Amino acid sequence: MPYQEKKIIISMISSLLVLAAYWFYIYQNYPAEITTTPTNFRFWGKTILILIPVSIVSRIVIMILFTIANRIATREEEPSFSDERDKLIELKAMRNSHWIFILGFFVAMGSLALGIAPYWMFIIIILSGFISEMADGFSQLYYYRKGI
Amino acid sequence: MAKTPINNDIRKLRFNQDEMTQQQLADKVGVTRQTIAAIENGKYSPTLELAFRIAQVFSLPLEEVFTYNPEDTKK
Repeated sequence: MPYQEKKIIISMISSLLVLAAYWFYIYQNYPAEITTTPTNFRFWGKTILILIPVSIVSRIVIMILFTIANRIATREEEPSFSDERDKLIELKAMRNSHWIFILGFFVAMGSLALGIAPYWMFIIIILSGFISEMADGFSQLYYYRKGI
Repeated sequence: MAKTPINNDIRKLRFNQDEMTQQQLADKVGVTRQTIAAIENGKYSPTLELAFRIAQVFSLPLEEVFTYNPEDTKK
């Protein structure tokens, strides 16, 4: 399997693990804030703001570990640059990912318009961010394997 | 996904150049080996600049390396 594909799969798995671990932590420590205080925007603001740096740092650490492990296991070097095909695949995957996030945003706003508890809006926003990241990974894998 | 309408003779040309490897060609034109493989298999149409760089490696005009066949996309 080419390095790029392995990197995408690891990135997707790390996204899943980081979100699951963070959500588990929030659910264990702040169960009341999630559902019983539907207008506690401060809690949700902090949750999302903390998730962003936690996610970035965790993924950087996971990618460094992957690069080291991959180097030891396969003696394969990381490509030193991304060429025009890599960039085109990245752009197309990002386009798909953005469309999914926009859809999630509309669903989140729809939930508010329908009078559903506001905490659902935040959950939908976080989920659509995660799903759009997965879509980015799957799109890249698809374009690498099937062509563009 | 359908093949691109641009065909090429890169595989044959590499063979004629002392069995040049995909990696060697990739290094000469500044892309990854996977991109050369994708071009050879018709899974990626290179940019005009890359197509010219590939043709230059083989010292051939562009049309002797790449040919345009729109019928291929209908297959």
